[in-house]
Amino acid sequence: MKRFTYDRPQLEGGAFSLLEQPEASVIAGGTELLNWMRLGIAEPDHLVDIARLPGWGEIALDGETLRIGALATLNKVGEHPLVDAHARALGEACLLAASAQLRNRATIGGNVLQRTRCVYFRAEAPLTWGCNKRQPGSGCAAIAGHSDDAAIFGWSESCAATHPSDPLVALACLDAEAELHSASGVRRLPVCDLHLSQVEAEAEGEDGATAENRLERGELIAAYLIPLRPASRSTYLKVRDRQSFAYSRVTAAASVELEDGVIGALRIALGSVAQRPWRLGRAEQALVGERLEEASLLAAIERDMEEARTLPGSDYKRRLARNAAIRAVMAAGA
Amino acid sequence: MSSADARTAVGSARTRIEGPLKLTGAARYSMDNLPPGTLYAVLVGATVASGSVVTIDVAEAKAVAGVVSVLTGEDLPPLGPVLEFPGAPVKKPMEGDQIHFEGQAVAIVLAETLEAAEEARPLVSVAYAAEPVVLPGAGERQFLGAPDGDGTVWWPYGQPFARGDSAAALESAPVRFAASYVQPSRHHNPIETSGTLASWDGDRLTLWDSIQASMLLPPMFASVFGIDPADVHVIAPFTGGGFGCKGFWMHQLLAVAAAKAVGRPVKLHLRRGDQYNATGFQPLMTQRVELGADAEGHLQVYRHRVANITGMVETYLEAATEVKALYECPVIDTAQEIERVTVGMPSPMRCPNEGPGLWALESAINELAHEVGIDPLELRLRNYAEKDPLTGRPWSSKKLREAYAEGAELFGWHGRPRGGRRDGNWLIGTGMASAVGGTMRMPGTARVRLRSDGSVLIETDVQDIGTGLQTLLTQIAADEIGVPIDNIDVAWGDSALPTTGPIYGSSTMHTGSAVALACRELRRELAALSSLADPIEAVRAAGVEEVVGERTSQLPGGVEVDHDGGSTGFSMRTFGASFVEVAVDPMLGLVRLRRAVGSYSVGRIINPKTARSQMLGSFAWGWGKATMEASELDPTTARWLSKDLAGVHIPVNADIPGDITINFVDEYDHHASPIGAKGIGEFGSVGIDAAVAEAVFDAVGVRIRELPITPKRLLDALA
Ligand SMILES: Cc1cc2nc3c(=O)[nH]c(=O)nc-3n(C[C@H](O)[C@H](O)[C@H](O)COP(=O)(O)OP(=O)(O)OC[C@H]3O[C@@H](n4cnc5c(N)ncnc54)[C@H](O)[C@@H]3O)c2cc1C
Ligand code: SF4
Repeated sequence: MKRFTYDRPQLEGGAFSLLEQPEASVIAGGTELLNWMRLGIAEPDHLVDIARLPGWGEIALDGETLRIGALATLNKVGEHPLVDAHARALGEACLLAASAQLRNRATIGGNVLQRTRCVYFRAEAPLTWGCNKRQPGSGCAAIAGHSDDAAIFGWSESCAATHPSDPLVALACLDAEAELHSASGVRRLPVCDLHLSQVEAEAEGEDGATAENRLERGELIAAYLIPLRPASRSTYLKVRDRQSFAYSRVTAAASVELEDGVIGALRIALGSVAQRPWRLGRAEQALVGERLEEASLLAAIERDMEEARTLPGSDYKRRLARNAAIRAVMAAGA
Repeated sequence: MSSADARTAVGSARTRIEGPLKLTGAARYSMDNLPPGTLYAVLVGATVASGSVVTIDVAEAKAVAGVVSVLTGEDLPPLGPVLEFPGAPVKKPMEGDQIHFEGQAVAIVLAETLEAAEEARPLVSVAYAAEPVVLPGAGERQFLGAPDGDGTVWWPYGQPFARGDSAAALESAPVRFAASYVQPSRHHNPIETSGTLASWDGDRLTLWDSIQASMLLPPMFASVFGIDPADVHVIAPFTGGGFGCKGFWMHQLLAVAAAKAVGRPVKLHLRRGDQYNATGFQPLMTQRVELGADAEGHLQVYRHRVANITGMVETYLEAATEVKALYECPVIDTAQEIERVTVGMPSPMRCPNEGPGLWALESAINELAHEVGIDPLELRLRNYAEKDPLTGRPWSSKKLREAYAEGAELFGWHGRPRGGRRDGNWLIGTGMASAVGGTMRMPGTARVRLRSDGSVLIETDVQDIGTGLQTLLTQIAADEIGVPIDNIDVAWGDSALPTTGPIYGSSTMHTGSAVALACRELRRELAALSSLADPIEAVRAAGVEEVVGERTSQLPGGVEVDHDGGSTGFSMRTFGASFVEVAVDPMLGLVRLRRAVGSYSVGRIINPKTARSQMLGSFAWGWGKATMEASELDPTTARWLSKDLAGVHIPVNADIPGDITINFVDEYDHHASPIGAKGIGEFGSVGIDAAVAEAVFDAVGVRIRELPITPKRLLDALA
């Protein structure tokens, strides 16, 4: 086992200076980071535990936004009345994630920074197969091998991994912003722009397999800000082989504003289909002014699905994603 | 309590006597021990699945602080012959340079702490000359014929069987049905991984082991290390689940050899990932069933072909054709093959043989019923075997007809809605399947002491693997001796106690019977000492410290093991039926269990509570096999894709509804054992897959013939 230092700063400023050490890593709940350390995915020299940062776990209304502190655990978010009232899809997504024990530790800040569940990536070192995410340049065993869980949007030949988070999909659907803190200040980034698909990363001149998000080094997620939309109702659908304690095959979050059965505004985000939450932009636009009916949803969502590219094992996900999207929208509008 | 009242212990629902020990953490599992000076061992596994080791450089690993030694094959003491046990490997570990599967042990790191051993493990640098892997579908196929005397066929199961001309019968049958059924490789995955702690004192060996058959170890290590079996002391009271993977495996031998090599106790507790290569798995299997019947569904011919994967050098035959005694049928033709691929050795797991076999046979029977157009239960009754269809022998006891009837009644089978009733987004379907199980009997031995203070001690070297066996032994003794059950204690899990059979097959039969016989002997001894009827008063009146009975439950002919009735003249099997209702969401490809009934003819039930628990637990395993459980090989490297419980799913509570009824037909099998009982084991898992596949068909009209029935397979089939 590799040795590392451990600090638990009481103030934000302390955290930032500790994070300037080389090979330093933030730890919050540790439910993900410790697995990486066990499997050989990460080998930090310094752990900076942010669990004690004051106020970082709070959930409160702030004017027209719901503010969710990054240190709030998934159970806290899932069971919070404000979340239930204003961001139901997020609460549902949190409670459908992981297990009760894990949700008591797992923070929503760390959650969106978890990495793919691709079985090749999650194998214990030494790796005996290629995985560009683990060892850049080693190839991608999933594309040539077991591709049942592969992305169907935005992947490239370098990597076809998906992002596995549930809450992230709901946050993306709800148009949340991430509030990012660093030594140099505070900035806001739409959650939809936080992550990169492999194609996007490559378009930005980055490595498709390893560039996964737009966080700067030393930057922390402090909170999520969700705009209040009293007329909208949202819901989250998770499709998985077993009924609890399982990652999804596909998920869908939908937020619908209905007036007399007619769609006033619509947001749909799919999960486990790409390395980022995948909004169905065409359907969201085309369906405004339409009645909420399965047939019209199907036609509109199919247009977004045209972009899907599947591997032999992942072909079913195209249909599953489409059906999940329809089901989620119908449920949100019901 | 008078002795007459006490004779109701058998058949009453008793809570496990070892339960409080487990709930409070006081139960001491093998790996909880740590004799002074113990070294921690970690295996270094091959990173290629095929090829040879060229060099092993241990220098860097040895330099890690706390590492005491890194052993390769050359460093092990000379090893004598490995005994051949059914379902266990025979090739000596770390001998020679050939690699036959990924993860095969090539070195052992020994350190003062587990952390040091773990740190050093990846630093052992091994160079391989890799050769192409052999994957399922591309391996050499071998037909395993009748035993040929060279010891390669030690498994009494799965031998070819042919009666009549199956080709001609299939040709002329008015109704024919044929299909192939596939099930994936699956690992046992007990919650406690296997582990061995070995300590030598001169030529005496003490072992703490996570095992479900401790009687295997003394003869094995006596042979391998040239010592007296009486000098091998095995301490193994508690085992955290076995499911068939905790017999003899090479990590045990390696721990013992390493302890001898370094002269200190060695603890080798397999990591979850190691267990995927080191203690077997149920192999990937393809089965083809061909049935011919008359227009009323009476079977005329049944042909069954099975192929399972096995290792390149280790041979395991998964005898799925052992279901051939389920139905009356004039022409029967079964045969099996193995396919050699670059994987570790498979092994028996959770109802081997019939578990896999009925997935195919019972699915085919359901499909035939559909072709003929009669109810699947009615088809089964029309082909009911009144005597063993293979041997013509009478059954020792069979109440499958009653099990069907009671199960159907409890489920409401006859009045059930058919063909995909809708409930919201769900389509509802029902299905059923039969279960049949073989009987493997072994001798058991127990000693029972009745002391003058009224207490009773049962002594026998069984393990606890969670089945509740110890509680059953107290129930048997309470009735046999006529003492209150609370007076009775059990000493188990130590090879200093009378040696008995393993905790697989039918441990209630052998050790339970031995307890009954020992008690009867004790009563005879007591009767000679005192004429008082009450045993406690009698032992006091006799003025002795204790009265002891010790007996072995022998098999006819004095054999070590018999199968399905052996030389009794009877055919001995267990029977049952499962009925399930599932909901299918055709848009999302989901299958959910709504309710189920399992109804069984399995001999006398000693403890309805633990029996029900076994059936419920194994029912859950069956649901897992039907809908989620699979271990897949990477198609390039022949490494298991997931060696953990994150990538391999087994059911959680949320998958298993409360509405599962377990029913036992009232039965007493006089021939099977002196206590009327047969083995139950994980019988509840048998046939669930076929029942679920039928229910899915009933709900949405597609047949899934490859397990598990996942959203992907359902959506592909419905597309
Ligand atoms: C068995 C298991 C099952 C799971 N199932 C699900 C599931 O079904 N659905 C699902 O969505 N998730 C699931 N998870 C993931 C789980 O929700 C995440 O592991 C958890 O939310 C991560 O939060 P954490 O606080 O433990 O993060 P940590 O492990 O502490 O950190 C994870 C990463 O995030 C970084 N980090 C943490 N907090 C911050 C911050 N505020 N700012 C910047 N960086 C930060 C860390 O440096 C690290 O890189 C599962 C996890 C496990 C172990
Ligand atoms: S898909 Fe990505 S994470 Fe998976 S093996 Fe390929 S490169 Fe690695």
